[in-house]
Amino acid sequence: MAINRQNQKTPMPEQRPEERVSNFEEVAHGYTAEMAQNEAARCLDCKHRPCVSGCPVNVQIPDFIKLITEGDFEGAYRTIRQTNSLPAVCGRVCPQEVQCEAKCVRGIKGEPVAIGRLERFAADYYMNSSTEKPDALRQNGHRVAIIGSGPAGLACAGDLAKLGYEVTIFEAFHAPGGVLTYGIPEFRLPKAIVEREIEMLREMGVRIETNMVIGKTLSVDELFEQGFEAVFIGSGAGLPGFLGIPGEGLVGVMSANEFLTRINLMKAYRDDYDTPVRHSKRAAVIGGGNVAMDAARCAKRLGAETVYVVYRRSEAEMPARLEEIHHAKEEGIEFIFLTAPVKIHGDEDGQVSALECVRMELGEPDQTGRRRPVEIEGSNHLIEVDTVIVAIGNTPNPLIRMTTPGLKTDRKGCVVVDENMMTSREGVFAGGDAVTGAATVILAMGAGKKAAAGIDRYIRAKSEGKEI
Amino acid sequence: MYRVLRKRVLNPSVTWMDVEAPLVARKAKAGQFVILRVNETGERIPLTIADYDREKGSVTIIFQKVGGTTRLLDTLEEGDYILDFAGPLGRPTEIEGVGKVAVVGGGVGCAIAYPAAKAFYNSGAWVDMISGFRSRDLIILEDEMAAVSRRLFVMTDDGSNGSKGFVTDKLKELLEQGESYDLVFAVGPVPMMRAVSELTRQYGVKTVVSMNPIMIDGTGMCGGCRVTVGGEVKFACVDGPEFDGHKIDWDEAVKRLSQYRREEQNCRLFGQI
Repeated sequence: MAINRQNQKTPMPEQRPEERVSNFEEVAHGYTAEMAQNEAARCLDCKHRPCVSGCPVNVQIPDFIKLITEGDFEGAYRTIRQTNSLPAVCGRVCPQEVQCEAKCVRGIKGEPVAIGRLERFAADYYMNSSTEKPDALRQNGHRVAIIGSGPAGLACAGDLAKLGYEVTIFEAFHAPGGVLTYGIPEFRLPKAIVEREIEMLREMGVRIETNMVIGKTLSVDELFEQGFEAVFIGSGAGLPGFLGIPGEGLVGVMSANEFLTRINLMKAYRDDYDTPVRHSKRAAVIGGGNVAMDAARCAKRLGAETVYVVYRRSEAEMPARLEEIHHAKEEGIEFIFLTAPVKIHGDEDGQVSALECVRMELGEPDQTGRRRPVEIEGSNHLIEVDTVIVAIGNTPNPLIRMTTPGLKTDRKGCVVVDENMMTSREGVFAGGDAVTGAATVILAMGAGKKAAAGIDRYIRAKSEGKEI
Repeated sequence: MYRVLRKRVLNPSVTWMDVEAPLVARKAKAGQFVILRVNETGERIPLTIADYDREKGSVTIIFQKVGGTTRLLDTLEEGDYILDFAGPLGRPTEIEGVGKVAVVGGGVGCAIAYPAAKAFYNSGAWVDMISGFRSRDLIILEDEMAAVSRRLFVMTDDGSNGSKGFVTDKLKELLEQGESYDLVFAVGPVPMMRAVSELTRQYGVKTVVSMNPIMIDGTGMCGGCRVTVGGEVKFACVDGPEFDGHKIDWDEAVKRLSQYRREEQNCRLFGQI
């Protein structure tokens, strides 16, 4: 097939910004078959496959793209699914610009191939049209418990189920999905998609038990007593950080976790659900990551007239995905860079009235390689707001480490693992944000897969001689 | 799904429910709570575990109909199901090393004071219990509280049961008489817990209160339940819900209670009774 020489990505249809700021429906509509084939034809099918090396879960990118050019969309999906258990999710939320697409040769002169959009297309096509059921898997009689049904846990479960393990996932919330369900908003990742991906795991025999707060309802040791031979901790990084500045106890100051959980998990944006959520007129979101973008865009959709994103570094250092920053700007979110909050002011009722900030300048690079922001003295100023949403990062939840004797964690509370993702406790593995601190969906999935391989080796070694 | 095994009306606005939740019952201890959701469109709310029966696998919750969710919960009858019921969450009441304790309950807060009193009583401590209600018709759990205390003082604001006054009046009287408590444990509306804490501070008696702020997950994830204690931010769901009453920033706690009043639907365990 002839290579499409077009230098730009094939545009993906989207809801217009002025329309979408008043609804929670998905922003991007996805490619049609024709658009997908047009975009797929931009792939050079390079021999050395640089894109694959940029993928944390090793998706065979040129292979699936080739199948799209040939019109075998279901085949493309199956190729992705061989190494990625959540294609429809990854196509939407992966930071492709720093992974696969960053390595794409087409990106040297022009834009890289839109790998993420093509992955999304293949996954959506398959989900909408295929009636295939996963093959009945031969179970090997070994049981593995997974704590947390977020990206790490789901990826680990998917790989283990394929290997024949009987997998049970324990989820603390009433609905599975972890951050895919409580964190990422509907307009970026429709919950129906998350549910379908999870349904496919269930069809593979994975059991999911909700309302199970491991560390409280059951301990890790009790899971072993119940006959599980290995445990995977994928409990994420759910403990929100606060600023530690005066006024944080005022009404109208909340963590992005609280704000987003009310909206996404508890569907507070829908009239038919009971959960209340704060509707602000002027909101400030503190932080520069994807969570900050999500919170800002949710606040706007709930009717805020003005939403600021206040970030202490400059735009170049923002950790959010480019597409989210771009979408947020289109939706009228106002970015205030090189600015850090120092105090939150309140009125006599204890309600937020203003955010006091200082201006920053960039100094020498810090350990992360980003230039460290330094306060400009005497630059204090007030930004009038009624709501402050803190999105400066999360650390691992302490419940499991507090209740699992012998589980080693580092200074930040992250679980320490070896090269097989095994913790200091034999048979207990961990991966994802619980190990790394807050990172991305795809890195957590990569860790879950690696842990699945480690668990498989561990159980095989333990039952050596016996057939698995 | 969690079946309602037994329902009792304690007073026109307070209901007792035994819920089938064997895993929660197996681990439950006094002072802990559950997060429940009545149905798919319902809110997640915390309710303190008032009692439990490990053999039957049941957990008792006692709630006052103060908001949308508790009214919805109250529509359930025996044999009906609660959709979600997770726990036990929070730290249990610390009962060790307490020889003599005054347990103070205000209104429906007695539903939390009762299991605490029971835990102290069963550990061999001397328990004086003071409970307060607006009037005689609203008194709940009198027999239960009497069974787990050496002395029970039931006070009413209007004196309709013969003992007029606030719980703080009775507590002050006891402290003035020279009763020496290792601990005062208070639970009820925030203004009541604050008043108890301010009183006991004058007598130098250690005081623990049970905070029941707004929360959604109960596992440390949202931070909505944060309370400033001794200048440090604590999460009631994982660090509490019980804290040193002399160290709580009460001004802040009072204001935070009103968080979603504007948006309402907000259901809380404590209202004035």
